[in-house]
Amino acid sequence: MTLDANIPAGPLDKKWTSFKNTAKLVNPANKRKFDIIIVGSGLAGAASAATLAEQGYKVKCFCYQDSPRRAHSIAAQGGINAAKNYQNDGDSVYRLFYDTIKGGDFRAREANVHRLAEISNQIIDQCVAQGVPFAREYGGLLDNRSFGGAQVSRTFYARGQTGQQLLLGTYSALSHQIALGNVEMFSKAEMMDLVVVDGHAKGIVVRDMTTGEITSHAGDAVLLCTGGYGNVFYLSTNARGCNVTATYRAYKRGALFANPCYTQIHPTCIPVSGEYQSKLTLMSESLRNDGRVWVPKRKEDCAKEPKDIPEDARDYYLERKYPSYGNLAPRDISSRSAKEVCDDGRGVGPGGLGVYLDFADAIKRLGKHVIEERYGNLFEMYHNITGEDAYERPMRIYPAVHYTMGGLWVDYNLMSNIPGLHVLGEANFSDHGANRLGASALMQGLADGYFVLPNTLGTYMASQFGKKVDASAPAFKEAVDSVKARVQKLISIKGTRSVDSFHRELGKIMWDKCGMARDKKGLEEALRKIPKLREEFWTNLKLLGSADGINMELERAGRVADFLEFGELMCLDALNRNESCGGHFRTEYQTPEGEALRDDENFDYVAAWKYEGDNTAPTLVKEPLVYEEVKLATRSYK
Amino acid sequence: MKFYLEVWRQKGPESGGKLEHYEANNIPAEASFLEMLDIVNEDLTAKGIEPIQFDSDCREGICGNCSLTINGVPHGPGRGTTCQLYMRKFRDGQIITIEPFRADSFPVERDLVVNREAYDRIMQAGGFISERAGSAPDANSVPIPKVVADVAMDAAACIGCGACAAACPNGSAMLFVSAKVTHLGLLPQGKPENDRRVLSMVRQMDKEGFGNCSNYYACEAVCPAGIPASFIAGMNRAYSFASIKESVGIPL
Ligand SMILES: Cc1cc2nc3c(=O)[nH]c(=O)nc-3n(C[C@H](O)[C@H](O)[C@H](O)COP(=O)(O)OP(=O)(O)OC[C@H]3O[C@@H](n4cnc5c(N)ncnc54)[C@H](O)[C@@H]3O)c2cc1C
Ligand code: FES
Repeated sequence: MTLDANIPAGPLDKKWTSFKNTAKLVNPANKRKFDIIIVGSGLAGAASAATLAEQGYKVKCFCYQDSPRRAHSIAAQGGINAAKNYQNDGDSVYRLFYDTIKGGDFRAREANVHRLAEISNQIIDQCVAQGVPFAREYGGLLDNRSFGGAQVSRTFYARGQTGQQLLLGTYSALSHQIALGNVEMFSKAEMMDLVVVDGHAKGIVVRDMTTGEITSHAGDAVLLCTGGYGNVFYLSTNARGCNVTATYRAYKRGALFANPCYTQIHPTCIPVSGEYQSKLTLMSESLRNDGRVWVPKRKEDCAKEPKDIPEDARDYYLERKYPSYGNLAPRDISSRSAKEVCDDGRGVGPGGLGVYLDFADAIKRLGKHVIEERYGNLFEMYHNITGEDAYERPMRIYPAVHYTMGGLWVDYNLMSNIPGLHVLGEANFSDHGANRLGASALMQGLADGYFVLPNTLGTYMASQFGKKVDASAPAFKEAVDSVKARVQKLISIKGTRSVDSFHRELGKIMWDKCGMARDKKGLEEALRKIPKLREEFWTNLKLLGSADGINMELERAGRVADFLEFGELMCLDALNRNESCGGHFRTEYQTPEGEALRDDENFDYVAAWKYEGDNTAPTLVKEPLVYEEVKLATRSYK
Repeated sequence: MKFYLEVWRQKGPESGGKLEHYEANNIPAEASFLEMLDIVNEDLTAKGIEPIQFDSDCREGICGNCSLTINGVPHGPGRGTTCQLYMRKFRDGQIITIEPFRADSFPVERDLVVNREAYDRIMQAGGFISERAGSAPDANSVPIPKVVADVAMDAAACIGCGACAAACPNGSAMLFVSAKVTHLGLLPQGKPENDRRVLSMVRQMDKEGFGNCSNYYACEAVCPAGIPASFIAGMNRAYSFASIKESVGIPL
């Protein structure tokens, strides 16, 4: 099997324009005849649903929350990038493109990333037109801040609630289209399987989470916009319901899963405080604009109150190791550095798993009110969760799982290898390589939803006239039956262990063996442990209640069952990639200074995995990454 | 810590419900309210009792999904969402009553889960600016005074949880509606549709069966996003102007 990314010919900065100039179009009268199924109502899902509906398609949109407005995009805090260069600090489309490629440790597709950078500016225009209340300067123009991995200020923000405001913008647009009858919205509807007819994605199977009813929906194309799979680690900054089910089910129906091992561990989260904990809370990276990260130089000082540790006994390790980027070094590097100092016994707080993020200097320089205005809600949240006042005492932070760069493989059109199945937002693997820069996921979700897919979908749709299938095709019945059987199986195990206990155990294996640092031995161990845990799950799960009506344990059980298979795929991918790059750090492959050591000769490819059956190893399909514009270089942030 | 819980249990939308008594044992003070319920649910499951069904997703106070009435107050003591309430706020040994959000327009679906689709329908009635992807002018072409943008942001911060309607003795959704009307109404981009928006949203609100505002300010007191009740007065004004225009036949 070979993969064709369908990248348009021509120079890099002309590809998108020339694509649009020659792309296949579907006329408005014909668009009305096409039903598009969109799973997900986050930035990617809601933006594409609204935009395709505006264009005239008939859209059905699904989400598992009780309202599309609650998709996890809502939780993004820090901001969204664009190459506007409003700050006149030398930014440009090329720089945003280059920073993203470099930030991704040269493991992303050039053409996609360049397109993303080009579109970034339109996104800001679109959001402002929708009424997104971005932060402004006194002159009335838009304000910007800096984020990790960049030396310019290109991040637009709405207090510490950028994701919320962007999502509410897409939700407004979606609501408008629902009112016009162009989108039919299904909330509390969980996609449980993909329906493939004659090799094309033509529908989905959905469980109504209120009634328990399992039904199928047919469409002319299916868009998965289902977000990331960080919850495979149990503890992450994702919402409770975030899952891999939609994309993993598509994988089991033949879609390739690309780079599953690329996960992002965010450097600034509130440290874990106990076993009972159900999620980790992010403290936005924007804090690193004004906060300084440090730990004591000597282990003996760790238990002291931070204010009793004098300046010269503190190690501002990011500033020391990366003088030109300092506290704004990219996430993978910052996270790993935090782990190093903690492994070195110099961590602070319970269990020594924490580092300080200190605002004392910034407060002295700018005044408390400025810090309050910039980050007030984050300080409040920190206080609420930890009971500590970060204006008085440095925050304690530690890395936590945050984002997944891996996802279903897609070509330039955002179509997977299954014709008709398109994947947008965090659910695809496309633009961030092995590490995503801050404020780039919101950009990608909206780029995919508002501007990319609405231009590329026509390529597929134009080939689908007169090829409508309806839900009476046998493939639909087969899929519905298999979902029903699976749900029944979960209910009838009647064992002794709760869903969460399995999830926690899986999470611990993943965090220990496939987390911030990985090695062959650990990964092999994980690959032995996961199948055993999975087996126990299917024989010893205790699940009460029935499959009819609301049963949240059942919902979680279905998701955990998929994580228990998917975790194995992640470890397999991590084991295959005998190099370190971005968020994938194999301890065997590092420079003498402890930096990631890439192997471009052997691993400059996208690893796309093909499902071959439950008890057979998946096959690896490689998409070589061809760099025409950028010269591969060792990433340096020194 | 230990708590004595009185929890609303209800099988389905049609069946009646009642408070059941459960004990919450060995609860760490750092646990959140929902994590306390997670622990209780593990205990119940071990005992063969069906776990308590309650909504939550982000668990960081922004998605608006969690929706418990705790000791009679939506989201419980202090300002913030249920998921951002921590057990250290309670006394060891305290009795805690847990019910769903109560409002006629939010029917209970099961235990502590309510249906809040009415809010979505109000948004569909007019909570948007009509524009089309790709048609927007440059973002800096219309300067917006910082003070205006800041108030718009204050209003836009609403998380749509429904606590306002649940707290209001009249079951009014005015705080929710006024937040959106204020947010979009203040911005130059939203102004062209101001009259239509306020009329449609308020009418939809009435249609959903939400009550009227009679200045109890209970909504403001429980709002986790700090939306001030003064927005309601502004909305009432906008509504009156728009309906006068409409009644004398000025096209909106
Ligand atoms: C705490 C936090 C802070 C962040 N901050 C930033 C930031 O400052 N800047 C930035 O650029 N990025 C940030 N990110 C990343 C960014 O928010 C996400 O990557 C992005 O919002 C994902 O958008 P999405 O549309 O792909 O998915 P989501 O918003 O996660 O939406 C997924 C949708 O799919 C639906 N869904 C999922 N599975 C199913 C299923 N099986 N059946 C039916 N529906 C399903 C859900 O209901 C939901 O509607 C942050 C992420 C987190 C977690
Ligand atoms: S769970 Fe999201 S606000 Fe409480």
